[in-house]
Amino acid sequence: MSLSGACAIVGIGQTEFSRGTEASTLDLHLEAALEAIADAGLRPSDVDGIMPNELAGTIAEDFILNLGLENVAFGSTIRTGGASLVSAVQNAALAIHGGVAEVVLLAAGRLGFSSQRVSQTSRGAIAPHPVMRHVDEFERPFGNTVAAQWFAQAARRHMHEYGTTSEDFGRIAVACRKHANLNARALMREKPLSLEQHQASAMITDPFRLFDCSLETDGAVALVVTSAERARDLRQTPAVILGIGEGHGTPPTSVTQKVDMTTLEGVRIAGERAFGMAGLRPADMDCAQIYDGFTWTVLAGLEDLGFCAKGEAAEFIRSGAIELGGELPVNTSGGLLSEGHCSGGNLISESVRQLRGQVEAERQVPGCDHVLVSGEGNFHEGSAMILGRAS
Amino acid sequence: MSIPGRPKPVVTALGEPFWAACNERRLVVQRCLGCQQLRHYPQERCPLCYALEYDWAPLSGRGEVYSYTVSHRPFHPAWQEHAPYVVATIELEEGVRMVSDLIGADPGSIEIGQGVEITFEALDDFGLIPRFRVVKD
Repeated sequence: MSLSGACAIVGIGQTEFSRGTEASTLDLHLEAALEAIADAGLRPSDVDGIMPNELAGTIAEDFILNLGLENVAFGSTIRTGGASLVSAVQNAALAIHGGVAEVVLLAAGRLGFSSQRVSQTSRGAIAPHPVMRHVDEFERPFGNTVAAQWFAQAARRHMHEYGTTSEDFGRIAVACRKHANLNARALMREKPLSLEQHQASAMITDPFRLFDCSLETDGAVALVVTSAERARDLRQTPAVILGIGEGHGTPPTSVTQKVDMTTLEGVRIAGERAFGMAGLRPADMDCAQIYDGFTWTVLAGLEDLGFCAKGEAAEFIRSGAIELGGELPVNTSGGLLSEGHCSGGNLISESVRQLRGQVEAERQVPGCDHVLVSGEGNFHEGSAMILGRAS
Repeated sequence: MSIPGRPKPVVTALGEPFWAACNERRLVVQRCLGCQQLRHYPQERCPLCYALEYDWAPLSGRGEVYSYTVSHRPFHPAWQEHAPYVVATIELEEGVRMVSDLIGADPGSIEIGQGVEITFEALDDFGLIPRFRVVKD
């Protein structure tokens, strides 16, 4: 009993993205949740599964309490940082396909600007996390304190092995920004970015400049997942989950200990699983929403998800392929780099909107039938999902 | 250049012998007694042969930069006065890797493959910690 095609994303909700808010994380999650439920044409009382996001620190009880949910049969939280949300969709689909729950609500996003700054603590942590124990013992004492430094070392090694350059990273930032400039929801909608501006921007932690880093953002996204069968009767065109998977590289407790730190091993494995389940290939994708905590994670993601051979993403990017109108438009909302960093939630909401045809006309990928969306978290843990428009 | 105020290692039971050896100016890592594989960071069981038993093998303390980042922004108050600083992943001669902020590294010319060697430095209210410094040719 394959999971392929069994379930669909039927509702999405997204708060305003801001850099400064009076709202609490839970306020934002509840606002997004109610919007997602209404978007699906459902009522809160229809929800019988809850998957809170670990990075936000919310718990199922928060939703049960505030939405008056009396019928919750399933609750679970995935703990792979930025890879969590796509993995949570997998768990939601399993619970639905297995008959445990029918309508699962997922919410993600945090006060990434107002309180949980990832530039100041490892992972914007709200509490110590067991997966950090090696870093806390052997890396933070030596100055390797934040994610930007972990990924910068992976990016530097990639440059060493494959000749990748800072300009290649810059072209990713510029492509995402162009897309954000067309997106009314994007934090950077009114701020154009040139490659020259990227190259002149402040060095944060070499090779990452300011514009190689995603946006610390306050905001939330919520999703409603149900069976493909029930989806047919709901309000929106379903985004059917054709393939989904997660992957865990080893060792999963530090980037510096990876045998090959230039590969997002968890993302690579997740992609293989998702494409395998869907029976599709990278060339079948009309666009891709690739987790962009940093520009380099898009470049490595293009390679590790199979859109390019290892070491060849830079050339692919130089050809203009990842821009709207190109061979594979990537991060068509502006992504975490230019729309806002919502724990990857906005990569999923954008995928759903592209399939529904609900984005600004200049941003719409023509004939968008298949979208790949990926997650990446902690130390190269990964998740990937292929969504298709229901016919 | 010692850096006071750096985060203290959160020492685990598995890691305790590593830090005890550092206090005697010895660099050691776990060695599986089932298959002799060296490993770092410390873990409960050998992931290759699943043996529980291990001892602590001494290392030369010599290695080279496997990758690095030059941090221009101090991500922790302890490095406020030291930016830009070089944080490197060191591959030791014996094949295991460790992380250190480098001593004597020029942020403008540090490269992958640069030779480094161990030095031990006192951290207040903790003990000796292992750092690496650039080896001049």
